[in-house]
Amino acid sequence: MSGRNPESGGHIRIHGGRLVDPANRVDDVLDLYIADGRVAAVGKPPADFRAEREIDATGHIVCPGLVDLCARLREPGHEHKATIASETRAAAAGGITTLCSPPDTEPVIDTPAVVQLLRERSERYGYARVVAVGALTQGLAGEHLSEMAALKKAGCVGVGNACTPLTNTLIQRRALEYAASFNLTVFLHPQDHWLANNGCAHEGAIATRLGLPGVPEAAETAAVARDLALIEQTGVRAHFCRLSTARAVRMVARAQYDGLAVSADTATPYLHLTEMDVADFNSLCHVSPPLRTQRDRDGLRAGIAQGTLAALCSDHQPHEPDAKLAPFPSTEPGISGLDTLLPLALRLARDGDMTVPDVIARLTCGPAGILGLPYGTLSPGASADVCVFDPQASWRLTLADLHSRGHNTPFAGWDLTGRVTHTLLAGRVVYTRSSDR
Amino acid sequence: MTTATDVQALFDSMTRDLEALIRTERLQEPAMVGIHTGGVWVARELHQRLGIVPPLGSLDISFYRDDFTRIGMNPQVRPSDLPFTVDDRDIILVDDVLHTGRTVRAALNELFDYGRPASIFLAVLVERSGRELPIQAHVVGTHLDLGPGEHVKLTGPDPLTLVRQKAA
Amino acid sequence: MSASNLQIDSRGRLRHFLSIEGLTRALLTDVLDTAESFAGVAEQSIKKVPLLRGRTIVNLFFEASTRTRTTFELAAKRLSADVLNININASSTVKGETLLDMLRNLEAMHCDMFVVRHSDSGAAHFMARHVAPHISVINAGDGRHSHPTQALLDMFTIRREKGADFGRLRVAIVGDIQHSRVARSQIHALNLLNTGQVHVVAPRTLVPAQAEQLGVKVFHNLTDGIRDADVVIMLRLQRERMQGALLPSEHEYFQLFGLTEERLAHAKPDAIVMHPGPINRGVEMDSQVADGPRSVILQQVTHGIAVRMAVMSMAMRQKAAPETEPETP
Repeated sequence: MSGRNPESGGHIRIHGGRLVDPANRVDDVLDLYIADGRVAAVGKPPADFRAEREIDATGHIVCPGLVDLCARLREPGHEHKATIASETRAAAAGGITTLCSPPDTEPVIDTPAVVQLLRERSERYGYARVVAVGALTQGLAGEHLSEMAALKKAGCVGVGNACTPLTNTLIQRRALEYAASFNLTVFLHPQDHWLANNGCAHEGAIATRLGLPGVPEAAETAAVARDLALIEQTGVRAHFCRLSTARAVRMVARAQYDGLAVSADTATPYLHLTEMDVADFNSLCHVSPPLRTQRDRDGLRAGIAQGTLAALCSDHQPHEPDAKLAPFPSTEPGISGLDTLLPLALRLARDGDMTVPDVIARLTCGPAGILGLPYGTLSPGASADVCVFDPQASWRLTLADLHSRGHNTPFAGWDLTGRVTHTLLAGRVVYTRSSDR
Repeated sequence: MTTATDVQALFDSMTRDLEALIRTERLQEPAMVGIHTGGVWVARELHQRLGIVPPLGSLDISFYRDDFTRIGMNPQVRPSDLPFTVDDRDIILVDDVLHTGRTVRAALNELFDYGRPASIFLAVLVERSGRELPIQAHVVGTHLDLGPGEHVKLTGPDPLTLVRQKAA
Repeated sequence: MSASNLQIDSRGRLRHFLSIEGLTRALLTDVLDTAESFAGVAEQSIKKVPLLRGRTIVNLFFEASTRTRTTFELAAKRLSADVLNININASSTVKGETLLDMLRNLEAMHCDMFVVRHSDSGAAHFMARHVAPHISVINAGDGRHSHPTQALLDMFTIRREKGADFGRLRVAIVGDIQHSRVARSQIHALNLLNTGQVHVVAPRTLVPAQAEQLGVKVFHNLTDGIRDADVVIMLRLQRERMQGALLPSEHEYFQLFGLTEERLAHAKPDAIVMHPGPINRGVEMDSQVADGPRSVILQQVTHGIAVRMAVMSMAMRQKAAPETEPETP
């Protein structure tokens, strides 16, 4: 791109804030200078810089716009739950500038046309950047390979089968090999379909007491073990989505130590909730994989702290009210997570598990690296995706605070700390708290 | 304030009145039914003094009360026991205190679920002011005019004592 | 709102009847005592009382069940209530009408009480949470979670046969614990009544994860599990269990866990044998035991009516009138 882009929002100076850019190991009170939609300089202004807009970030943290590794926008196909417009707006309000959509839209993201649709729609509204993981198999049916070269060309950041199980291990092996030949990262949801046996809660004391069909720990660890073997065999770069067990985290850590190109993430609910939260059939806590034991929660927290899990995502799944208004096993799993991604992540720092810069790393350069994208950083020349937030702001979450169309969150009533005041996407201000009433 | 009255004298006078009633109304081998709990104690005394032939019957009217929906179930309900046929029978219904008349109303309903008696006569140990239904006793041990907040009840089973209380 | 609070109103009285869990021991005992009164009614010549006259009770059964539905119906009729039987097969709800919509429609018909059986665990709680304030919900069985009236009639039967001191009793529950809402409710009730020992006897594949945390001792051998037991409760084995690779055959199950006179001899000489019914003869027990002197299975059925009469009359929503003194004579 050459010349000045008139839509890029001109010259902006964000001053007085604590600039935290883990990608560049920066954590200091520094001013940020933005021009032509890009980071012009950090600390000292570039020559002849005249700010057209000033943002006072005193007492705030200035960090790269958050990169959410997994958020369902429900479009195309499930617009009764949410839309690209509503959810990218919610993302902006949450300081999230890049969202990654999994392939399980309707139609599935197995053709360049759907990738394009996502990009065009998100660009039209302009609140957040949307990238996509393409389907590993056609229609996610687990039988025929998708046209991965075409998907890569169309801009997919990787391929995966979303939550539809790949029961045929030979097909899985071949799919991984094919993806590897294009250097595509494969996104895996490790859950053995047969062992999970249509369970809806962690197989343990609570599920036993409530008579809920359970998903054993082994459903995840058996799948991780099998997948690790195939990853090694095929040499593909792989990413495990939403680990829920401490044991799986240890398995991935060992594999990483052994030099395997494997990464993993988990989602914010798994760091704060356990099977106990299901105890009175609370359908807002019906998620897949299920909330597990305290030991698992602690193991996931340790995994995030140590970096075995390089990314923390929202696993955003907005639902219409009916989806949760039924007896527990008949409700749809998923939590609406965009609005709470940042404050729930910051709790890890508040609880002493990690430093704030490390938390921000898991939300910025960590996921960006997994997606192979040049975002999540404030290096000079990078796209000016910026999140400014007040780390001291305390608030009690109510449903009215949610920007997402999905109100299915079990965190209503929680006291949260950390609130976004400004979000910039490619140098344009896409959200300010002051105008958000 | 509590006062106790000797009920034996009342049983004696009730017995005399019932004997007269049975004669005047020409009751044929009447059966006696007491209403739980106090009414059964009274009926037991009368049944013995009068030498009534059919065994003593007892009614627990909990299931027939009209205020069930307000106060809910009482777990101590005992089954009613009527060891004789009710059809065409002369029945002497006995209770300890007649106040609003609702207990007797419930007892009448219950008796009629068992059959169609020839007649029902009511004998009570105490009749007090406060009737809310058109119910009257044929034989009364004693009449009491009670003020607001005053209650009377029969305690027992041994000794049987009539206790009059003014709520504090 | 926690499950237990849902069942009980601010005065500590029964508001819905959803699970044994969440009841106090005192309330459980009250229900059993009330059932005693109703058992007396059944033995009278007049089997009907006017307690719930003018009220409408809806049997909302999403799972087929003639037996349980009939006892609820009989219990309701003996209380002089009007009964509406609605059997919904799965396909009607699949056609799009949500459970909530169905609920609202029934409420619009001015019903007072729903007796619900559903294949989802938590279904009765869901309905109780969303039902209008004047309506009570009675759980007739939800998924694998709870079948509280069955547990009640079982406790009632044990109490009648063995007395009220459960502390000196050893009770063994034999069969498919994993899939059994009856077993779960029985275990909670037995523990609530401070039963001396509760044993659970089943093949490994039919015992749920961390079952000991329910307050039971787990056995995989029948004679060990029922040794010196005062009460042996046999659970029904469903045919589907052979399909899911949980058991090889009914034949092998009977060889290992079926109750015969010979095996029953390991329990106490005066032990009673119970079963929620219907019995699979030759699978859970042989005919000798089923029809034998220790079996109280038929008594269970009779008691089921009294227990349900008690539950329905206790939970029936009081009409709008404010709390007043009890009726004066």
